[in-house]
Amino acid sequence: MDLLEYQGKQLFARHGIPVPSGKPAKTVEAAVAAADEIGYPCVVKAQVLIGGRGKAGGVKIAKDRAEATQHATDILGMDIKGFTVHEVWIEGASDIAEEYYASIVFDRSAKAPLVMLSTKGGMDIEAVAEEDPAAIARLHVDPLLGFQDFHGRKLAFAAGIPADLIRPVGAMLAKLYAAFVAEEAMLIEVNPLIVTSDRDVRALDAKVTLDGNSLFRHPDNAALRDPSAEDPQEQMARERGLTYVKLDGDVGILGNGAGLVMSTLDVVAQAGGAPANFLDAGGGSKADAIVSAVEVILSDEKVRAVLFNIFGGITRCDEVAKGLIEAFDVVKPQVPFVVRLDGTNDVEGRALLSEADLPNVATATTMNEAAEKVVELAKTGVAA
Amino acid sequence: MSVLVDRETRLVVTGITGREGTFHATNNKRYGTQVVAGVTPGKGGQQVEGIPVFDTVQESVEKAGANTAMIFVPPRFAADSILEAADAGVRLIIAITEGIPAHDELRVYTQLRRSPDVRLVGPNCPGILSPGKASVGIIPASFFKQGNVGVVSRSGTLTYQIGNELAQRGFGNSSIVGIGGDPVPGSSFIDIIELFEQDPETEIIVMSGEIGGSAEEEAADYIAANVSKPVVAYIAGFTAPEGKTMGHAGAIVSGTAGTARAKAEALEAKGVRVGRTPTETAEIAMEILS
Repeated sequence: MDLLEYQGKQLFARHGIPVPSGKPAKTVEAAVAAADEIGYPCVVKAQVLIGGRGKAGGVKIAKDRAEATQHATDILGMDIKGFTVHEVWIEGASDIAEEYYASIVFDRSAKAPLVMLSTKGGMDIEAVAEEDPAAIARLHVDPLLGFQDFHGRKLAFAAGIPADLIRPVGAMLAKLYAAFVAEEAMLIEVNPLIVTSDRDVRALDAKVTLDGNSLFRHPDNAALRDPSAEDPQEQMARERGLTYVKLDGDVGILGNGAGLVMSTLDVVAQAGGAPANFLDAGGGSKADAIVSAVEVILSDEKVRAVLFNIFGGITRCDEVAKGLIEAFDVVKPQVPFVVRLDGTNDVEGRALLSEADLPNVATATTMNEAAEKVVELAKTGVAA
Repeated sequence: MSVLVDRETRLVVTGITGREGTFHATNNKRYGTQVVAGVTPGKGGQQVEGIPVFDTVQESVEKAGANTAMIFVPPRFAADSILEAADAGVRLIIAITEGIPAHDELRVYTQLRRSPDVRLVGPNCPGILSPGKASVGIIPASFFKQGNVGVVSRSGTLTYQIGNELAQRGFGNSSIVGIGGDPVPGSSFIDIIELFEQDPETEIIVMSGEIGGSAEEEAADYIAANVSKPVVAYIAGFTAPEGKTMGHAGAIVSGTAGTARAKAEALEAKGVRVGRTPTETAEIAMEILS
């Protein structure tokens, strides 16, 4: 789960990491009131879960109230790479002498947290990594040992941090690591990590990704999820306990098991179609879960045809068939369906479907045939 | 032969008194697996379908001779259960549980790597099936028969899909190993491919990967340097958008890292044939075998 910048900063503050003080605001009035309270100059920053906010015009300095009003008006409601800005963060303008970069990544390949530090902050770190990899100091931390003071010094010296800042920067990394572990983050990135003219070290930005599987241990973090930033179908699916990802196409997809669903999307794309979603009905899906899933898929108005691709292991094909029959009764779909049932109780499932004789439901025996049929139906409304 | 589980397997199931634990432990036993014990703290002395329940894994090892553990407890207890099994001297631990926090997995992984004789498969995996010998986990065993294709996969249902396509063409499996869809799998593709390479019954290895991480790329290098048997691969997730978790916690493209294209290209560059669909993957395997 990704946090907005200000949520990340509030999380940092709880761990004693210095951040500029500020306030979130959802309306122009609230933004101006916050700016008045914080004082000028201040910064109005768009809060969206996507990078490149500055370039898109989503970060502006306000010298006075008139500018704060103007910027808040411009930025609230702005579209940044498909994300609508629902909230801004107002913070006091910082006095910046140096811009560094610091991050901690859950490194799956090395199976250890990776701490990175560079004096080349404030820019695209992937470009730095490409052009001048030596400018980024890296260190893997043994998860059972944790971050030691010498790790901080080692990284700071390797990155070429000035002598008087070795200790404060090292201490900052130690606090970031502590936050990474305590909050069970997958990523903590500070770009830039700034040094003020008084030689104070502060986090001027905060990019935090938390582990969704650990949220049961962190109810405060779980409550940070912003439903307004979510796609309506994704929100609906999450409330119903379904694993759903919205995509751009017009072929609705339901399958069981994450791998099989990913593969189904690929096979549909290879057949010339464009999947509208990823939906994993999960292992052992019962009929009511199928009804619920059909409702979510069809709530996307772009969907012109739906493919059910089931290979029953724990999932029983007769349960899926029952669910589909019930869904036709409850939802009354207006688009064609293609159903491929294979595996546990497939014969019973197919028999139920043929008995029910649902309007506009075609069956297929293989995954490839099913994909071809559904793509044709999405294009023409008629099966090949 | 086969890998990891066979007639010598003596299985203890942690979380056996839960609904899912009971269902699958019973299924595994019915298949012929020696399910010798279950563990639920506080329920020692009970029985589940004739399987004795103990309070600790240690007791199941001492009194029932368990040598393999299947972890079926809920996510918040799973790391503890895995570590308990390792502490009790169990050498093969198969974790089915989905949804274990990533930092728990990291600590468990790091700890277990300090005891090189302990092997963890999973978590978030369907288990291991050696057709005709033993089934540990939730793989629908009736679809598979004994044969010489070794399968290793990050996904359960995709394994069934590919395995079934092979079965329909008359081919069976030495073993089917699900390594799971989480960010920190206890065993990697490399760990399992190494076992298949040594297994005399296995003539060909099918690996099924997906987006996220770099395990497939690492396997490509390993195969080129160490594997004499033919390997056929399938990768799922070509259409997955960046930054979205596709069902499995580990199936996520981060920036430009972990894409299906990069994985397929890495494998092909090392001479591994990659099928574009599960069907094509099975067809390539069949072509090599016949």
